Amino acid sequence: MEGSGLIVSSSPHQHTTVSTPIIMSDVILALMPASLAGVWFFGLPALFMMAVCVGSAVITEAALEKLCGKPLTVRDYSAAVTGLLLALIVPPDLPLWAGAIGSIFSIAIAKFTFGGLGQNIFNPALIGRAFLLASWPVFMTRWRWPIYEAAWIPRFDALTTATPLVLMKYMKIKAPYINLFLGQVAGCIGETSALAILVGAAYLVYRGHISLRIPLSFVGTVAVLTALFGQDPVFHILSGGLLLGAFFMATDYVTSPVTPRGQIIFGVGCGILVTLIRLYGGYPEGVCYAILIMNAATALVERYTIPRKFGEVKKGA
Amino acid sequence: MSFKSEFSKGIIKENPTFRMLLGMCPTLATSLAISNGIGMGLAATFVLVGSNVIISALRKVTPEKIRIPIFVVVIATFVTTVDLIMAAFLPDLHEVLGIFIPLIVVNCIIFARAEAFAFQHGIVDSLADGLGMGLGWTLALCGLSAIRELLGTGTLLAIPDFGFPGIRVFDQSLAAVMVILPPGGFITLGLLIGLLNLVANRKNKRAQEG
Repeated sequence: MEGSGLIVSSSPHQHTTVSTPIIMSDVILALMPASLAGVWFFGLPALFMMAVCVGSAVITEAALEKLCGKPLTVRDYSAAVTGLLLALIVPPDLPLWAGAIGSIFSIAIAKFTFGGLGQNIFNPALIGRAFLLASWPVFMTRWRWPIYEAAWIPRFDALTTATPLVLMKYMKIKAPYINLFLGQVAGCIGETSALAILVGAAYLVYRGHISLRIPLSFVGTVAVLTALFGQDPVFHILSGGLLLGAFFMATDYVTSPVTPRGQIIFGVGCGILVTLIRLYGGYPEGVCYAILIMNAATALVERYTIPRKFGEVKKGA
Repeated sequence: MSFKSEFSKGIIKENPTFRMLLGMCPTLATSLAISNGIGMGLAATFVLVGSNVIISALRKVTPEKIRIPIFVVVIATFVTTVDLIMAAFLPDLHEVLGIFIPLIVVNCIIFARAEAFAFQHGIVDSLADGLGMGLGWTLALCGLSAIRELLGTGTLLAIPDFGFPGIRVFDQSLAAVMVILPPGGFITLGLLIGLLNLVANRKNKRAQEG
């Protein structure tokens, strides 16, 4: 064989054409409906926020890799995805500098200090949001009216309002399903329109990039638990960041389990935590923290759900 | 080892916070403002110098087996002194530092120096060691708390005891509250240690090449 030009290597011999850049650009494509809905409902500030977040995420990643002499990975779009996701989960009226700082924090602290793509324990975009919420709580809880008039929302003053979950938790006012489904409610830039998120998620499922185990067990758990606690499950599914979180953040390859049983445990855990925070916690919304807490448990869940190898003999048998 | 080298090793080369990672608990908890950092650091320096000198002086008559209880008695004496003096003259600072002043008794920097240094060295060396380590810790606390005070509150050098509100660098509403919360302390400390290691590694590399 030697010198014949043939290369001998061990299996597997078949390569998949799916690579990180392809997955990431598909994720960006899948996030487009939600992003466009954000621009549609909240106007140009939403567009500026996305540009600033994506830009500072990419620049931060490139600068850090250059500084530390690591290979540049900005071309795999993963930093752009983090920036875009962060822009979608902040309020439209957040100052742009805060968006930029959150984005830099996501990449530098949540991703880079752990060793870059594939090494981070926590979802970088969610860490960025948690950081912003802890640092500038005033800016992060100031909600703007969507460009749409609705008679059911009490107007507190000319510009600000509250999200459906806040209205529900503290005033027992329920937003109509149709407004929640289309996105005509106050909220973070990309989380208001359930329709747009589901369209994007359907594309990701169709392309085979995400399995439905995590999103379905996540959303299903929230539905079952809220119904058990005497709340309206449809309202809880459609409002807040649940759908965006369940389809786009809880399914992050790096920070969620790879084992099928583990993914279901992960989704159910997220669902329990979201319900607990929404109904009994100090915050009206808990998707961000629920996913982050389950991110911390991912390694443990994986350890206990390793599938049995074919032909493996049970221990002690 | 001369007085000077015993003194200076605590400042950078064996800095208790950045190099030996001792006394993390009070470091993270009290580094919220520069005035806290100076107060805490100097209080610990006083205890460190005093206990180092006494323990070193008594080292020949201290039975090996009960040395730890004896260290505790010596250290606790100085801590009580500092606690009472601070409560009398700097009540605001005493209030802020709270439980961390009595807790100097179990501060691992002081124990580490008593056990690893003062118990085996002469009085003058122990004095130099205590001063160096104490000032090294004070400097580390000041550096950490300067960053946290600036980013977390937007002011610098606020001293409540003298009624000085501090120099306002930027508006309160722009300050990142998280930096003065516990996670901000961990992240700031981690980044500072990383930065210092980076600088030290570069320096070593250059020294090896040159």
